[in-house]
Amino acid sequence: MKKDNILEVDNLKVSFKTHSGEVQAVRGVSFDLKKGETLAIVGESGSGKSVTTKALMGLLPKPHGYIKEGSIMFDDKDITKLKDKNMQSIRGKELAMIFQDPMTSLNPTMKVGKQIMEGLLKHQKLGKEEAKKKAIELMNLVQIPNPEARMKQYPHQFSGGMRQRVVIAMALACNPRILIADEPTTALDVTIQAQILELMKDIQKKVETSIIFITHDLGVVANVADRVAVMYAGKIVEIGTVDEVFYNPKHPYTWGLLGSMPTLESDEEELFAIPGTPPDLIAPPKGDAFAARNKFALEIDFVEEPPMFKVSDTHYAATWLLHEDAPKIEPPESVKKRIESMDHSEEAKR
Amino acid sequence: MGQEKLVEIKNLKQHFKLGRNNVVKAVDGLTFDIYKGETFGLVGESGCGKSTTGRSIIRLYNSTDGEVLFKGENVQGKKNKSELKKFNRQMQMIFQDPYSSLNPRMTVMDIIAEGIDIHGLAKNAEERKAKVYELLETVGLNKEHANRYPHEFSGGQRQRLGIARALAVDPEFIIADEPISALDVSIQAQVVNLMKQLQKEKGLTYLFIAHDLSMVKYISDRIGVMYFGKLVELADADELYKNPVHPYTRSLLSAIPLPDPIYERNRNRIVYDPSQHDTSEEPEFREISPKHWVLCTSKEFEAYKKEQQNSITN
Repeated sequence: MKKDNILEVDNLKVSFKTHSGEVQAVRGVSFDLKKGETLAIVGESGSGKSVTTKALMGLLPKPHGYIKEGSIMFDDKDITKLKDKNMQSIRGKELAMIFQDPMTSLNPTMKVGKQIMEGLLKHQKLGKEEAKKKAIELMNLVQIPNPEARMKQYPHQFSGGMRQRVVIAMALACNPRILIADEPTTALDVTIQAQILELMKDIQKKVETSIIFITHDLGVVANVADRVAVMYAGKIVEIGTVDEVFYNPKHPYTWGLLGSMPTLESDEEELFAIPGTPPDLIAPPKGDAFAARNKFALEIDFVEEPPMFKVSDTHYAATWLLHEDAPKIEPPESVKKRIESMDHSEEAKR
Repeated sequence: MGQEKLVEIKNLKQHFKLGRNNVVKAVDGLTFDIYKGETFGLVGESGCGKSTTGRSIIRLYNSTDGEVLFKGENVQGKKNKSELKKFNRQMQMIFQDPYSSLNPRMTVMDIIAEGIDIHGLAKNAEERKAKVYELLETVGLNKEHANRYPHEFSGGQRQRLGIARALAVDPEFIIADEPISALDVSIQAQVVNLMKQLQKEKGLTYLFIAHDLSMVKYISDRIGVMYFGKLVELADADELYKNPVHPYTRSLLSAIPLPDPIYERNRNRIVYDPSQHDTSEEPEFREISPKHWVLCTSKEFEAYKKEQQNSITN
């Protein structure tokens, strides 16, 4: 493993056995996570982003979901090879997860304080009194007012935003080195979402964990991420720093994602929508999986899969358009306009 | 846009009794007009009463007080069957969740044709079929889909079915209650484009209810912002985003995450504190500049006005 990497995922393939055949949900994903950084994984539902994180956590539904190939290196160990029991000592302690829906990820019949203490008692072997103290500390950290009283309440007595704070407190209980957040703000209102995002960034500074942030909202990505990986049909199609991916996107799918969100300034007649729907992963298409929906597709896209082309040291994209022999194709007007308009806002601030 | 009023909502109230001495005022005195051919966006956080408003307008709830006039006639109140039918044909609804709003045991043909059957819009089976095929094509699906069941469709396709069903009876006014929030980003754009195109072709009027402010801005001509059952600000879409006046609107706008990393790094979020208002005076809905309405007290009104003028002269 490289020195400043905390996690290295190499050629990860995850499949599910179903009645109609093998669903290849993740089809060869490689990325690494550096210490203290936030990596956002974006993509549509079914792109494999959640399955990737489930594989990281060892939470694939057994026996029909399984890792077919590839490795996940954490702490110089390949955690795909670990036995359940060993995985249990890592999960929740070194790797913690925040789920999308705070209503279903909390136990409705258990007091909130007890749920936060659970991890402390199990992993850190704290005494009851100590655990209680730590739980109050954690609730203060996630800014839940009046923690002593709130500890004795049940989840239904909390609002959506407060519940998500509880879930974050639980995840942080054992000072995890990697925090995986699977759409943590999707179920929340914009104003509450903004609060939770601020809180997560704040906490990251304090406790120095690395975060993998799964979302489909590009606005949220721009807010939290240091680096972005764009996933489509079980593969990473573009990866780079936020600035690279937002200001210099290379993959037509990234163009489509950016173009299908209206800007507040834009008054174009039509949004740049991606036509069609994602492919069926029981029988993934030959060549580039995105080709059928891509109006910039080249002939080769239907025959051979594009490798990752290097754009810069940190920026890679899997599209044949980056091949030296490919015709020069510019991003669609609406995407270009959007990027230009963002550049102006940058000048204005200086 | 003609300024002909299609729907007038006057002091609409929808209260829910939750038991003794416990009344939820989901919608509390709402007044606004929707003009013919426009898209009126209604935004607010969950629980602010925006969906309840839509449902009250179309009579899914019986309103507690106030009236809804559709082309000058009251929608609310007691009606006989034929009167109800008349309104139901003119007003249709598209629901948020494309999974629960389509009957899983009915074929697409029957789902879409239900309205046609009820209103007797097709003379025979042949015509009924032709109408359904045409509707499917209008929303970007094809004939072969007519004999399938809802579970065979993706979320975006189901939402198209919901739109086809609403269009089946040739309505003039469609209430779309968060029609895209359950869909993926790329599919959202498809559905929004479709809705815009249909509006142009058929001269439809929309009430578009959503919490996604950037999409609402994009699709709406005018926008109303709701907070706790009340409209706090109402203006043309551009005006609202350029010159938000009410502190709640400002906080809501400042919370929208934009796909622009540099903007996000420098973002200043405004936090809304309801206690900043003077509660000694009942706030009223006042016109601060032409077609821009804000809920405020007389003192706030003066202050907002001054601010507004300053920002224009600058």
